[in-house]
Formats: sequence, C-alpha cells, structure tokens
Amino acid sequence: MTADPLAGPPRRRRNFALLSARAGAAFLTPAGLLVAVFVIVPFFWVIFVSFTNRTLLGRTALNPEFVGLANYLTLFDPATFFQRGQFGFSLILTTQFVVASALIGQALLGLLLAWLMQTVPAWLKRITETFVIAAWILPEVVIGFAWFAFLDRDAGTLNMLLTGLGLPAGDFLLQQPFWVIVVFNTWRGAAFSMMLFNSAFSSIPPSYFQAADVAGASSWQKFKDIGLPLIRGHIVTDLILITMWTFNTFTPFLLTNGGPSYRTELVSIYNYRVAFQDFQFGKGAAVGVVMMLINLAFALVYLSLGRRKKGR
Amino acid sequence: MRLTLPAFFGRLAFSALAALLGAAFALPLVWFLFAPFNARAELGLAIPAPWTLQNFVTVFGNSYAVQALGNSLIQAVGGVVLIGAAATLAAYALSRSAIPGKGAVTYVLLLFSSVVSGSAAMVPIFLIVSAAGLMDTHLAVILTFAGGLLPTAMFILRDFIDSIPKSYEESAMVAGASPVQAFFDVALPVIRPGIVVVVVWGFVNIWGSFLIPFILLRSDKYMPASVAIYSFYSEAGTPIVTLLAAYSLIYSLPVIVLYLFVSWKFGFRFFGGIKA
Amino acid sequence: MASVEFSNVSKRFGEFTAVAEVSFAIGDGEFVCLLGPSGCGKTTSLRMIAGLETPTAGRILIGGAEVTHLHPKDRNIAMVFQDYALYPHMNLSDNIAYPLKVRGEAVQKRHARAREVADVLKIGHLLDRLPSQISGGQQQRTSLARALVYPARVYLFDEPLSNLDAKLRLEARGFLNHLQRDMGMTAVYVTHDQAEAMALATRIAVMDQGRIVQYASPIEIYRRPATTFVANFVGNPPMNLIAVTATPAGGRLALRADGLALAPLPMTDAIGAALRAGPQLTLGVRPEHLAIAAPDAAGTITGPLFANENMGPESLVTIDRGEAGRVTARIFIDDHLALGETVTLGFSPAHVHLFDGAGARIPATGEAA
Repeated sequence: MTADPLAGPPRRRRNFALLSARAGAAFLTPAGLLVAVFVIVPFFWVIFVSFTNRTLLGRTALNPEFVGLANYLTLFDPATFFQRGQFGFSLILTTQFVVASALIGQALLGLLLAWLMQTVPAWLKRITETFVIAAWILPEVVIGFAWFAFLDRDAGTLNMLLTGLGLPAGDFLLQQPFWVIVVFNTWRGAAFSMMLFNSAFSSIPPSYFQAADVAGASSWQKFKDIGLPLIRGHIVTDLILITMWTFNTFTPFLLTNGGPSYRTELVSIYNYRVAFQDFQFGKGAAVGVVMMLINLAFALVYLSLGRRKKGR
Repeated sequence: MRLTLPAFFGRLAFSALAALLGAAFALPLVWFLFAPFNARAELGLAIPAPWTLQNFVTVFGNSYAVQALGNSLIQAVGGVVLIGAAATLAAYALSRSAIPGKGAVTYVLLLFSSVVSGSAAMVPIFLIVSAAGLMDTHLAVILTFAGGLLPTAMFILRDFIDSIPKSYEESAMVAGASPVQAFFDVALPVIRPGIVVVVVWGFVNIWGSFLIPFILLRSDKYMPASVAIYSFYSEAGTPIVTLLAAYSLIYSLPVIVLYLFVSWKFGFRFFGGIKA
Repeated sequence: MASVEFSNVSKRFGEFTAVAEVSFAIGDGEFVCLLGPSGCGKTTSLRMIAGLETPTAGRILIGGAEVTHLHPKDRNIAMVFQDYALYPHMNLSDNIAYPLKVRGEAVQKRHARAREVADVLKIGHLLDRLPSQISGGQQQRTSLARALVYPARVYLFDEPLSNLDAKLRLEARGFLNHLQRDMGMTAVYVTHDQAEAMALATRIAVMDQGRIVQYASPIEIYRRPATTFVANFVGNPPMNLIAVTATPAGGRLALRADGLALAPLPMTDAIGAALRAGPQLTLGVRPEHLAIAAPDAAGTITGPLFANENMGPESLVTIDRGEAGRVTARIFIDDHLALGETVTLGFSPAHVHLFDGAGARIPATGEAA
C-alpha cells in the first residue's frame, strides 16, 4: 500500500478474479462437506477405533475401551502371523496377488494388447477391444456370476473347452483358487492398461516408426527401441494405479467368498470378515489403518511423479 | 504399400494372436449370449432351442427383482445428481477462484480419496452412517458414494474447466454480467460435456457397485440389483440359472448403453477418470 | 465518450513486474495504440483499464472518476478479445445481444438492435448461425458487433486482428479506422504490429519492459523516435542503426565507422552533452532515405551486396558490413546487382538521427528535448 497523496482512506487491495474468494468458498461448500464427512472423517475415525476394542454386539459395542496397540499386536503377532485365516497370511497372499495379476498380468497383457492394436486391421482391433473393455465395464456381480458359470466343474464353458481339446477337466475354484482369482483379476482389469498404453503409443508421431520401418527394424526392435522408451513415464503411472486398485479390490469375494479355507482371502475380504462376520470393529479398524497406510505410500509416489511430470 | 512375404506373415501372426486374445477375453462371456434366451439354461454352454424371451418375462414377474432394479436406479441417479451439482460448483471454484492454497487443497483431496478406499474404510463408514441414524436407507448409499467419488469428479471437471478460455467469462463481465450470471449464461453451457462424462462415469460406478450397499443396507426393500443378484446365486443349493442369466443381462444393459453413448458422442474412450 | 488516465500504475505478478509506474492520459475521442513486443506490459495495461487485473499500485481513472477497484461490469466499457470470445452454444444474434440481455432489455428490442449492428458490419445474414459455422473474419466482426451493440464510454481492443490473414486484416483495419473517426469513440488498442498502430492511432504509446518509452503521434514517433528501441521497432524495414565513433574537431563532429563516409556535422550543445559519457554514438538512417549513391552524395555507406529483394513497387537492397552489421535500402533499381558486388548507398545529413551511448535520441537544433 503506497502513500499515494491522491488516494483516499487506505483500502485493502483485492485482486480481480473470475470468482471472488467468498463466492468460491460457497461453491466449494457442498462438495467440501460431503468429502469431509465420508472421506476425511473416516480416515481419522478409523485410526481412533483401531485403538479400541469396539464390537458390534455386546458390552464393548456401547462402551468400547481404549486398548492401545492391542489390535495391532494381534494382527502382527509372530506366533500366528503366517497361519491361514490370519492377517499376515492375508497380507502376503494379497501381495502375491498384486504382483501376479496386476504388475505382471494386467500390465504385460495390456502392453501386449496395445502394441498389437497398433498394427492389426481396424475391424479386428475393434472386435478385440470390445471384448477386453466389456470385461472391464460390466458390473462386478455379473462378471462374478459369469465366471461362476464359466468355471463350473460339470458343465462350465472352460471344462467344455478343455475336454473338447482332450485335456482333463478340473474343479478350479476348489483346487487352484488363488490362480483362479489371479487370472480373473488380470482378465477384469487389463482393459485399463491397454487403453492407457494405446493412447500413449498413439501420441508417438508415426514418422518415428516409419523411419524405423525404412531402416529395416522388426516389430520387436521397434517396440523395444522406440515404443517402450517413449512411454516409460506412462508405464510407471499405470503400474502404480493398477497396484493401488488391485490391492484394494473386493471383487474376488463374489467368486470365492475368500475361500476355500481362506486361500483367497485378500486383505479387503479379511477386513470384511473380521468386522462384519466376527463383529470385531476395533480389529477391523486396525486392518483398515494398515491398508490405508499402504495406500498412502503408493499415493504419495504417484502424486510426486505427477508433479514432477508437470514441472518439467 | 505392398508388403514383403515375411512382413505379411508377421502381420498374419499378429492378427492371429490378437484374435486369440480377443477370443480368450470373450470366452467367459459367451455363455451370456445364449443363457438368458434359453428356457432350460444351465451353467453349461448350450445353444437355445428355441430362442425365447420367457426368462425375461419371469424376471419382470418377480417383484423383488424388479424392485431391486428400481433401487439401483434410485441410488445411482440420486448419487450422480448430487455428484454432478457439487463437483461442478467445486471444480469451478477451484479453477476460477482466487482462494489461497487451491493447489494444496486439490493435492490433499486426491491423496485422501486414493487412501480412503471402500475396502479400507468400511468400518468407519459403517459407524458414521449408523451414528447418523441413516443405516439401511437409500440416503446412506447415495451420500457415501457422493463423498467417495467427488474428489475424482472434481479433479476431472477442474481439468476440463481449466481448458475453457477465461475470455468467455471475462467478456461477459465486461459486457455487464455479474460473476454468477457469467457462470450460468456462459460457463455452464460450455462445461456441460464434462458434466455428462462425470455423470456417466458416476452412474456406472454406483450402478455396478457391490460392497457399499452390501454393508450399509439390511432390508430387502432397499437392496439394489447388485446385492440381489449375489444373493440369488450364492445361496447354498442350485441357483435358478434361467432367471439369473436374464436378470444379469437386464442389469448390464444400462452400462453397455451408456458406454456406447459416451464413445459415440465423444469419440474417445473414457477410462475410469484418468486421461493419459 | 470518456477520457482514461493512469496515475503511477504498477502491476507485479509475484517476482515479475509487468507494468512499472506508468502514467499517461488518453483524451476523450482519442485512438491510442499500446505498441510493443511480447511481454512489454501492453496487454496487462489494457486489462487493468477493463478491470480484469487489479493494479498493485497506482490509480486508474475513467472520465475523471476513479475505477481502480471497480468490477468490470460497473465500468461501462466494451472490449474486443484476441480470441473473439464468442459463446459457442449461442447463435450470433444471441451472442451480439448478450450485453443487452444482461442489462435487462426485452427480447424483441435487443435482437432488433443486434440486427442493426450486424447489418452495419455485413453479417446480418448470419444471425442464425453458430460461431463454429462462420469464417474467421466473420467471427471477428461478430465480436466487434457485440462490443458496439451498447453505448460504452471507452472501447478496448486486445490484438483483435492478429488471427486474421493478411488481406482480411487490411480490410478490417481500414474499417476500424473509419468506425472510430465516425463515432468519435475513445479507443485503446493493443498490438505488436507497428503498421497497424501507425495506420489506426491518433497517438501511440510504445512500451518496453513495463514502461512507456515514447507517447506521441505516429508521425512524431516515425520522424523523431525517442530511443533506438523505438527507431528499430517502428518502420518496416526498421531504421538502420550504425555504431559510430564520434570525434569533435573544430566546432564540427566527425563520425567514423566501417564503410561510412560522412562530412562532419555541425556540433551542438546536445551532442556535446551526450559525448561526455563517451565517444560511442549510434547513427540512424531509414531505408527509404538511402539511394544508390550519386557522385555528390554528402554521406555514403559502402559494402558488398548481401541480398536484393524485389518487392514489386520497390527493392530492398541489403549490404553486409560483417561485424558492423547490415544496412538495408529501399530503392528503385532496374539494374541487376550481383551477390558480393560492392554497393555504395548515399544519404543526406538531413535524414540522419543521432542516439547517445544509452540509446536515447540526441535532439537536433530546434527540437524539443
């Protein structure tokens, strides 16, 4: 504020903006309230509940007691950590699940599909993409049911195909439940990676590939030397996103219910069982907190990558 | 350009591989092409003889099933109306307003929304809803979804609004319009396509979602189709395949229609809120 | 119509100063161009008149009343934007009539008035179309129509012609010239095109790095540029600027440079004052004041031919003096000149401009400083 001899009484300088700060705050309020109640508050509340022994029924439903880190100690108790049906087992299982179905399955399959789509005729591209995307957008319950029918031991389509090819039929849901959900999740989510890489490849000027064609490069060489390096940033983004989503996914529940004998009990399903079948909210909250911390680590990496890209 | 022989076979091999993968993806869904139209459908793949719409008639005769579809509609429409309105206003403020710390707010919002997923936060959401006395109501589901989907919706819309030239609103204000007038007359109509995208995305998400209604609802009269279908086939004993197949198809239709609509209208495929 | 006044106005964006303590006044009915290269502060200044930016310091007055903090909608001004800002969801009639809608005019009246203005601008037959369905030139005229549809005190233009192709630009420029003189509108016009500024303005404010370097009529700026920056910016091709070493000798001033032969000029007090900072000066002579040297030319500059561009009505002949720079002349010649051939260009001392070591004009005798 300059001591301008022509000026009247000193006034606060408010810079012009298309929306005043006051109107802006009003515009933000409805969304702000909803997000505060259903996203921000749960974040803090779940931490709080995890330090209590709250349950749904009984004495500790009305008067939950503060138990400090007891819930966490139970979860990470070395004596039971690796037992099937306990948290440690679930966590390890989920990690294997994420590595197999997301990092390897979805990402590689998505990459392969995207690369293929660059060169196959348009009609084939459209048909293949339709099926891949259908797997992704159809409601999860419908997909669960479709796979339930697909894998049926007696009449399911898969067994029909296998016996038709002379291979033995199997009761996959019972015998290889982990691999079933891995394939299931890969199948379900590959579309996202495919579309992301597709658009990444499309943004490479065609002349780069044409120059390589003229120089006599094979498809693998073009992919390895041109395609892959130029979409490196997108690969990292993709990996982080699908890792986060797969880590939190609940959909396999619709196929296996966490079984048989907890062999497909992902952390999200374990959380559900502890909280809503065993009614131990305190313990369930602790599981939730651990999940959120892991999510936080991924989210921070993802957001810092995004910022670095923008700043470039 | 004419291909050399090895290049031609290379192309052929690629196409074969692509076709194989396409077939692999289609395989679990093939059953769905036939079963809903087969009055004697079972879990096995079978060509219907004859093709019939009998299953659909039976579904519509089941009042619980129909009510469940109606519930899905109520929850999804209610959710997207709330999301559309709240996200548009908030995104406009984030884009155009001179609020201090806007960047930080967006960053924190994104962070929280990715961290507090439905799976991780099921316990506190249950507790909050029951503390608010909203357990077992449509409102609980609508509000929970709104809260959970809003950060991403705001982010998408804010990006969209950022790309609209400020000169639209500026010229309106120079011509004499107040900021609110400029918003409704000039900005909102141009933002509409972005709102459509967010609404469709939100609808597909809520319509197909299972976990939240599974946790927050108890009575049959509020159950959406996703939970209804699950209860139909997970019951011990044999599921009624004919009805389930037909019901699933009906339930999937809105999603398919909306997807076709978005890719026709906007010519790009919208993938889950993230534009590469 | 109203006058516009800037009183010690500054605008800072964080660390960057876009406009630095600028003061000037625009009279009622004047057409003032803010001219300068990108980043000189001309658009920011215009937007502060409109109210779309708030000054960090200083005051702005329109019609004698302070408007510094007034919202744009209350300033009673009109503005034509560089990207036209036509609302894509409204047809032309709605677009043009919008300011009247905001003022509460009835539907019939405002569309009738829109038609009036559209007819004057020869777009009356397009009123039902959407902005995406008309050409760039028509979009530009629609934008102009929207600005003219209501009575405003000041009219602001932010590079309105820069998106048009060359021929359309000339047409539009002529039309704007006629319009402003006809209406007597107070106009503030931002451009980086010096030809536009020369053609349209009653006064030009040449800006550089947030300050006004010279504020005068077009002829004044052309004939007596205040600095080497202005001399180089206005005029196409720009004024030739030649670095010279000055040596005073017996009441006269000898100027030396590569290839330059010039009879010593009369010494003046102004030149003496400038020389106190050192013997380096800049000599300026415009291309149209150079010709193939006559044998009795008082001043000549010589060098090998670098380029000969035949433009139609004239040729641009450029000679290359190596490190000392190139000199361009605008002349009529029919003779063929070969590349590298030595060419001597002649000029009269009356057409010489002198600038001191800092680039400021050294006034000739009889000129105001």
